[in-house]
Amino acid sequence: MPKSKDDMYGDHISHQFNDDLANLKNDFLKMGGLVEQQTIDAVNALIDGDGWAADEIRARDRIVDNMEKDLDEEATQLIARRQPAARDLRLVIAVIKMVSDLERVGDEAKKIAKFALTLAEEGHAPRGYVEVRHIANHVTTMLNEALDAFSRLDSTQALKIIREDKRVDEEYQAATRTLLTFMMEDSRNISRCMSVMWVLRALERVGDHACNIAENVIYMVEGEDVRHTPVEEAAKIVGP
Amino acid sequence: MNTMNPSIAAKAGAGEQEPAIAVPESRPEDTVIEEGKTVGKPFAGDADSPKFKLRNVSVSYGNDRAIKDISLDIRRNEVISFIGPSGCGKTTFLRCLNRMNDSIEICRVTGKLMLDGEDIYQSKKDVVELRARVGMVFQKPNPFPKSIYDNVAYGPKIHGLANRKSELDEIVENSLRKAGLWDEVKDRLDAVATGMSGGQQQRLCIARAIAVSPEVILMDEPCSALDPIATAKVEELISEMSESYTIVIVTHSMQQAARVSHRTAYFHMGHLVEVNETNKVFTAPEHELTESYITGRFG
Repeated sequence: MPKSKDDMYGDHISHQFNDDLANLKNDFLKMGGLVEQQTIDAVNALIDGDGWAADEIRARDRIVDNMEKDLDEEATQLIARRQPAARDLRLVIAVIKMVSDLERVGDEAKKIAKFALTLAEEGHAPRGYVEVRHIANHVTTMLNEALDAFSRLDSTQALKIIREDKRVDEEYQAATRTLLTFMMEDSRNISRCMSVMWVLRALERVGDHACNIAENVIYMVEGEDVRHTPVEEAAKIVGP
Repeated sequence: MNTMNPSIAAKAGAGEQEPAIAVPESRPEDTVIEEGKTVGKPFAGDADSPKFKLRNVSVSYGNDRAIKDISLDIRRNEVISFIGPSGCGKTTFLRCLNRMNDSIEICRVTGKLMLDGEDIYQSKKDVVELRARVGMVFQKPNPFPKSIYDNVAYGPKIHGLANRKSELDEIVENSLRKAGLWDEVKDRLDAVATGMSGGQQQRLCIARAIAVSPEVILMDEPCSALDPIATAKVEELISEMSESYTIVIVTHSMQQAARVSHRTAYFHMGHLVEVNETNKVFTAPEHELTESYITGRFG
């Protein structure tokens, strides 16, 4: 029976069960949207030297933490009361795991905001910002696409994100080398360059979390665990 | 500044636009199934010979075909559960395994049904002997209106399994122990069995089935009339018994199938749709119909 992927979770006999699963999915996407925005705002605050914005971002992390707890509770209740099976079970299990990834992305955003504040107080440090902007664009796009793949149950797109992660790692290494050159040029740059280095590290981690989310999307859709699996193996599972 | 304009608003909204209650274009239960086609692993490997080798089995009641060309191996000492919506044929199929359908006049069974390589439907087959080898436990506990002792001793007596009273005593005690009932009833073996609780009666029926040393035990919804604690005891018993017996269980409780069985077979409108390891069936079933049934989309 050809069935569109959108109603994959919506045709149980129990309407309440449909609603519970739909709520879980929507709440997860809301949390994803918030941490994505947090990351983007943090990078903008850094580049604009906007300490006030950085403060706001750090305060908003409280909301992210609460969303994590609420989603875990929702998932626990679903398991306790509905005993989900098969694709429903995989959705709930994947959400429980991906929520941790989102929460960590939130923490990375908070970390970036902290450095934004430090750097703003120290005055402008444009060195390395081109690299920050570049990697930030890359990883936030990956996160966005991972959430999109989750929303549309698109394992092909999820696979694309996993492939993308390798490129982020390369960009991160190249950026590190550039910053090292700045530090060698003038030792007065070291402190500020180190801060930027930490920001790059945080962004690279965001890419890793996007990648984890993508792996869970493949698990949800295909029923196969592709973590710690060579990407070509994963590609076979996902299919053309 | 705006180089990273996110599409977050659109994303968060995307989920909400989905209708909470979707109306599928076609109902899963209307899916046309190709006859005789089963996904998953219905057959044992070449290495070990299966306990039951069933090939192209069809059953009809008059003109109604209840079982449509089913082939399946049941392995030695496995617990296999049959699940599926009411009327899917799982009980009919189970009852073929010890020819319980013989008593229904209009019922006709075709195909090959081999127990240890021997055709159980050959005309000169001794059905009484077959049923001693392939015991059965029914949905409702049905002890004889006799003493607890006599319930268990009846089978061994008519099959001539005991020559002396002491031997019979031993069989009764062993069977009751295996059924986890001995400690509860050892002081009142003369009490009438119908006075026991439902859970005890069902375990007595299991003891009665065990008493004739069967090789296979068929269970037709053995826990549907029991409370959760009695159910847990019977399930515990099933796990223990799987060391010495091959067990086939028909159940309406998917959680029960998930808890007790090694493999799960999904039946639908007389077809055997899927057979797979229970681990697989409940996390990532292969067939869309199995998926729909176990996730509560119809049934």
